[in-house]
Amino acid sequence: MNNVPSLQIKELAFAYPDGNQALFGVNLSINKGERVALLGPNGAGKTTLVMHLNGIHPTMQGEVRIAGVVVDSKNKETLKQIRAKVGIVFQDPDDQLFMPTVGEDIAFGPYNMGLRGEELNRVVDEALTQVGMLEFKDRPPHHLSFGQRRRVAVATVLAMKPEILVMDEPSSNLDPASRRELADIVRSLDVTIVMVTHDLPYALELCERSVILSGGIIVADAPTRDVLSNAQLLAAHRLELPIGFSLS
Amino acid sequence: MTVLAFIAVSVSTPITRWLAFVAFFLLILVAALASKIPLLLLFKRALIEIPFIFFAILMPFFGTGEKFEIAGIELYREGLLAGTSIVVKGTLGVLAAVILSTTTTAREILRGLERLKLPAVMVQIASFMLRYVNVISDEMERMKIARESRGFVATGIKHWKVLATSAAALFIRSYERGERVHLAMLSRGFDGNLPSLDNNKATQRQWATALSLPGLALFLSLFFLVIGW
Repeated sequence: MNNVPSLQIKELAFAYPDGNQALFGVNLSINKGERVALLGPNGAGKTTLVMHLNGIHPTMQGEVRIAGVVVDSKNKETLKQIRAKVGIVFQDPDDQLFMPTVGEDIAFGPYNMGLRGEELNRVVDEALTQVGMLEFKDRPPHHLSFGQRRRVAVATVLAMKPEILVMDEPSSNLDPASRRELADIVRSLDVTIVMVTHDLPYALELCERSVILSGGIIVADAPTRDVLSNAQLLAAHRLELPIGFSLS
Repeated sequence: MTVLAFIAVSVSTPITRWLAFVAFFLLILVAALASKIPLLLLFKRALIEIPFIFFAILMPFFGTGEKFEIAGIELYREGLLAGTSIVVKGTLGVLAAVILSTTTTAREILRGLERLKLPAVMVQIASFMLRYVNVISDEMERMKIARESRGFVATGIKHWKVLATSAAALFIRSYERGERVHLAMLSRGFDGNLPSLDNNKATQRQWATALSLPGLALFLSLFFLVIGW
């Protein structure tokens, strides 16, 4: 069963109701346990793609499969399963953490999956331990620093034991220490990870494979080092390594 | 709940039975002492009431009906009664509310409301408000700083337009945040029920303690009514 890819996208196309087309036939397959960086300039359709992974945007054309199950936003039953399997960490932790305390926020996902009582408590503690935030369980989110909130946001999703973890700009707005701590957490996790980012060094550090989405299609799909060493490719898609950064 | 009941009892006691109010005041003090709140803190927090008292004080001067004179100032009897009534009852209500808010975190109050079977939607709205009031006031503060860094100082009516557009921008931002939060909730399988971590029912003892304060107040009120003071 381990041969079923965590994520399989075939010919996915999407246009917004105002006629603005964002995706023009995306093909992508990600195997279990892979860490893949999804790179691309602003407005490339990265967020739109992410919204397809758990059926928030209905699939208009093409097909998205999570661990073999087709994402169908009309099928309530499979949609619930899919949302348990795809954990999305949004860019702004204040959007993600909406409950009065950290512990309750982590409990939100597993509770919706039907966990109660002791079991629920255990899952919450486990997820908090994974991101090193257990001592903050009873704190309200607004008392935490931004980096801590980002980590809690990751834990909210980990608590659902996802098949695939999607992180939208995980390193944005983090100070260098928080950025490194988050990298350590990401490395310690044993799940498939899709990381949407502009932070190319971060992608190189954490992901063995990179995919560039530009103009609504996949324009590159290769080992991260190869992608980042192709200066022409990067330049064509408005991606740049930081000045002074060398790949070696 | 206790607080509401207490306020209801004290508001429904006619002001002319002033002894009853002295007794209510003592009850409040006892409650404050029992919950170990320093009295100074209690009264400091009660200062929030002052603007209301100000209007109440004006009432005796503007009114209708029977008049009488104290120290050469004409006062209206009805206004005076209404005024005192507002001040006294208001103070009692505020003191009771202050005791509640100092001893109980907002989170626990919400939990209490949930236990008292307030509709879940209302509790949810209140808890979201609790969560986001800081986020939104931070946002407002940032907008204010951004305005001022570009040399804007709100001095008069002609600046209201700028403030109004800021308010509109804040509203739209909050609305959009609301949508993003909803997306985040859907992504984690939200189907209309928020979890509550503990479902303890209030024990009889807790009920008894909770009802003792309004109960005593009600008793005293009736007592003074019967003996006709």
